[in-house]
Amino acid sequence: MFIDPHAHMISRTTDDYEAMAEAGIVALIEPAFWTGQPRTFVGTYVDYLSSIVGWERFRAGQFGIRHYCTVGLNSKEANNEELAEGVMDWLPRFALKEGVVAIGEIGYDEQTELEDRYFRAQLDLARELGLPVMVHTPHRDKKRGTSRSMDVIEEHGLDPSMVVIDHNNEETVAETLQRGYWAGFSIYPSTKMGNRRMVELLRQYGGERIIVDSACDWGISDALGVPKTARLALESGIPEETVRAVCYGNALAAYGQSGQMREDDWLNPAPVDQRTLFEGNSVLRGGRDPVVGATVRARRDGLIIE
Amino acid sequence: MTPAATLLRDMVLARAGAERDWVSDRIDALRRGAPERDLHIFLGLAPRRLGKSDLAPTDDERRAAEAARPGWSLEGWSIDGAARVLALLVHAAQRPFADRFKDLRRTADAAELIALYRGLPLYPAPDSLHFEAGEGLRSNLRPVFEAIAHRNPFPRDHFDDHRWNHMILKALFVGSALHPILGLDERANPELARILREYAHERWAAGRPVSPELWRCVGPFASDDAALADLERALSAGGAAARGAALALWAAPVPAARGLLEGRPEAEDIANGRLSWSRIAQEAA
Repeated sequence: MFIDPHAHMISRTTDDYEAMAEAGIVALIEPAFWTGQPRTFVGTYVDYLSSIVGWERFRAGQFGIRHYCTVGLNSKEANNEELAEGVMDWLPRFALKEGVVAIGEIGYDEQTELEDRYFRAQLDLARELGLPVMVHTPHRDKKRGTSRSMDVIEEHGLDPSMVVIDHNNEETVAETLQRGYWAGFSIYPSTKMGNRRMVELLRQYGGERIIVDSACDWGISDALGVPKTARLALESGIPEETVRAVCYGNALAAYGQSGQMREDDWLNPAPVDQRTLFEGNSVLRGGRDPVVGATVRARRDGLIIE
Repeated sequence: MTPAATLLRDMVLARAGAERDWVSDRIDALRRGAPERDLHIFLGLAPRRLGKSDLAPTDDERRAAEAARPGWSLEGWSIDGAARVLALLVHAAQRPFADRFKDLRRTADAAELIALYRGLPLYPAPDSLHFEAGEGLRSNLRPVFEAIAHRNPFPRDHFDDHRWNHMILKALFVGSALHPILGLDERANPELARILREYAHERWAAGRPVSPELWRCVGPFASDDAALADLERALSAGGAAARGAALALWAAPVPAARGLLEGRPEAEDIANGRLSWSRIAQEAA
């Protein structure tokens, strides 16, 4: 069983959901993010948040995957002050929705004054509501931006154990772990983390407080980042216990602090959910061979559409 | 409080356990006109504090529900959903109900949408809620659609024929059962029968199965040759489709329909009470 704690499924197809379920992913977390093009109306942002707490959660459930999300104003769109003010008015309405496990992904992009203002405002909201935080660390000037994020978090009185610093790399991980945070790694081709590098990091740091995710989105990315990394790690001799922690247990422990994510959600779902919102996972049912992408490949190669 | 609200409050309190005082206090505050923010927080906290278990009404509670609002079914309600509808019903607010409902619906998660729409038959000023009911029916979340369509007297009591007909057609289209729809027989109409027959033709052309329940809304209006020919075709398919077609022919207003049933085993089953729409529903379940 795997959890992908960072997957932008609104940008993905049903083929991905099928492949993820077949590869053993039982739950995922969809952070609110920049959808590739800036939103220019508050209303479109509000409808986006509605989509990830409602429709996308339902869509995932049809494939037997439990869907959770984080809500927040991302750093890029924080630079549109009019939009940002509007979104901040609506955010508290979404923070207590079912399956919302954190405020996120929030943090810095270009480290502007406006990004800083709304990052701080959202940290205060998370503290007020007792919710974990998912922090997006910047692509550029990354090391300094990551340190600065943690400085600001501590300045606002949040406990590092409630915060996941995501998109770490070899340069940022030591400080993130040393300061007591959860350290997320996004297995994302070309720009973030590769899984061979990830395996080396697991060899060096072990599994404590390390979380692997795919961050799959509208770009060239891989929805199977977590199961593929797990397999590569096991084949490379990383202990099973470590793999289970970084590809399942740690994400559950970190985001479970919201009270909105429990193992029972997929192992023993409430009757009302089974009737309406969750189809049950094929891996848990043992109905199909958990062969990565078998259905997807069959569809790609088959000529007949019915 | 309305009889429905009183019943909901009694049911929720009886199942709230250690949260009984919290529910009671919050509901009282909402009745006294607490700000809308308090309503939002109550709606958010309801599943967190009360859980999501089935309401599992007693026989007495079922009877009380029927007395409070004829047709109101507690089937499928959960405790948090009941608490959410209760909060909405008792909240003394300044804005019209439909405005507040719209506001909640726009930001609702899936379970909230289901609860909001299950409560439809209980809300004030039902005629102000047509747009909201339409939005729910258009939802891509099948359980939200079914919260309106199934075991809910609101469509029977308030929809015009156009909306009614499209609800039935969508139910078939998304693979949702027809038998839990209240008023299925009394709201049947010739236009619906025409739409459903055309839909059956599309399914046949695509080589896809036709739900036997489709014919239930066709039978009472199957008076011309074309309609009878469709039923004959369904009858010849055998199986569940034939049983549905036979029941429709039995209900058809022209003698020729009974002629088509002559010698068929389904006709004997109908006459003996062994075949009925509820039997077909049980078979499908």
